[in-house]
Amino acid sequence: MTRTAAAVAVFLLLAVASLFAGVSDLTPGAVLAGDPAAINLLLTSRAPRTIAVVLAGGSVAIAGLIMQMLARNRFAEPSTSGTVDAASLGMLCATLLLPDMPVIVKMMVAAAFALAGAGLFMGVLARIPLSSPLVTPLVGLMLGNVIGAATSFIAYRYDLLQSLAAWSNGDFSTILRGRYELLWVAFALAALAWFTADRLTVAGLGRDFSVNLGLNYRRVLLFGLSIVAMVTAMVVTTVGMIPFLGLAAPNLASMALGDNMRRAIPLTALLGAGLALACDLLGRLVNYPFEIPIGTMMGVIGSVLFLYLLLGKRFRAG
Amino acid sequence: MIEIRDVRKSYGDATVVQGVNLTLPRGGVTAIIGPNGAGKSTLLTMIGRLLPMTSGQILVDGMDVTHAASNALARRLSILRQDNHIAARLTVRDLVAFGRYPHSHGRLTREDGVHVARALEFLGLTHLANRFLDELSGGQRQRAHVAMVVCQDTDYILLDEPLNNLDMKHAVGMMQLMRRMADDLGKTIVVVLHDINFASCYADHIVAMRDGRVIRKGAPAAIMTADAMRAIYDIDMHIEEIGGDRIGVFYRQPARD
Repeated sequence: MTRTAAAVAVFLLLAVASLFAGVSDLTPGAVLAGDPAAINLLLTSRAPRTIAVVLAGGSVAIAGLIMQMLARNRFAEPSTSGTVDAASLGMLCATLLLPDMPVIVKMMVAAAFALAGAGLFMGVLARIPLSSPLVTPLVGLMLGNVIGAATSFIAYRYDLLQSLAAWSNGDFSTILRGRYELLWVAFALAALAWFTADRLTVAGLGRDFSVNLGLNYRRVLLFGLSIVAMVTAMVVTTVGMIPFLGLAAPNLASMALGDNMRRAIPLTALLGAGLALACDLLGRLVNYPFEIPIGTMMGVIGSVLFLYLLLGKRFRAG
Repeated sequence: MIEIRDVRKSYGDATVVQGVNLTLPRGGVTAIIGPNGAGKSTLLTMIGRLLPMTSGQILVDGMDVTHAASNALARRLSILRQDNHIAARLTVRDLVAFGRYPHSHGRLTREDGVHVARALEFLGLTHLANRFLDELSGGQRQRAHVAMVVCQDTDYILLDEPLNNLDMKHAVGMMQLMRRMADDLGKTIVVVLHDINFASCYADHIVAMRDGRVIRKGAPAAIMTADAMRAIYDIDMHIEEIGGDRIGVFYRQPARD
């Protein structure tokens, strides 16, 4: 309980720090004194950014947890299962073929592609012998790279490499009021997983367990993957992908509480949001006044964490 | 009562279960025995509707396992396969509590709590309830899985080679447990066994399969004969009655060419 309280306290501290870190001078004193410029800055830029980081971090972490349960593998997450790459491809296709459609429509196309990518990943997993737990992320990364190569080629031909870079590297520096609200939907979808936590956990025990307990395995699989796909598409289109977050947060939560999703989801979301805040904040501070995007920061910190988990002894047995 | 009517299972040209007709009575322990590749596990898995059959029909208390609502079946019949690899980090209590899923769908009632506690107690796992499964020994984990099935509280319990990976003490414990489930709780146990002597000592009925067919069935005394053993396993077995149980001794076979 005290550890939970400590985690919440650190999270709140990071959130407050995120509100007041930036190039323009904004102090808590000025806001409390009612300085209109300060309040305006807070409401149009700083608060939206902080909220966006929290929502994206929390939902990506939950999506990662769902992916890990359904793929029955600790190393599966949207960016190690081809899901992110498929979402980018979808976004690219939508941009090319439906240029006049609103963002929400393009996002739905991206979500459909992401779902197909996740489904393809699960389909491949079902057909190959999983001799080691490491095969799963390797399959996902290869699948992702194949999709990514096709995406890059198309983007290169149509001069859209810049847009592609925006989707594939998470960055919160352009977040303003009115440009991140889709993330509320992403977070709501991820939170929906909490209400179906038992079903998702049972599905995580495998098909035979699920059928024995009378659960419609395929339906739960489709439901879970749909949440992952929607969340991925929304995050990719609004801020770009944040690699490794969906891997790090659920694994840390699992070490503390285990994988019963009813218990693990709140902590996973909190850790995901906290890690995202920390990386975003660090990215704003290390090269001040310039920014390093969260995608890069998380790539560095997350890959170290990933290696630590890979070499950790509790995964050796699979 | 489990009625198996002309059930077949083939994979391409290979037929693993060839037209099995069999009625398993309600109550007691039924052991399915036979050599490797006889189709025992396949048949059990089809009864538990984890595997579709190529043709035929299986009825459990009149419910067709292929068409009945899976959720309704889950309150009647439970099945535990041999390889139960769980990647998720769950506590013993979590796993056992999921046995209540068909009854409560995750919202555990007080009654469910009683079932969970009773199943833990029944398997001697109460002191390990809050441990994670990956921290347990193979035997303890096996018992945790059985506890989940006990907690599911179905009339029919199907177990596929539950003695795998268990040492002698735990194997005996598992067989005693099946007896208690049948005698004290009135469950119907159907179990695939490789150890013929365990089947002889603990089962009420033995069904012997070979090459996808049922070739013998009856009480242990009727199956535990040298003739039947030769027909089933192709080995010479010396049957001895020890303490009222018929025990087969087969460890030394005459050299064959």
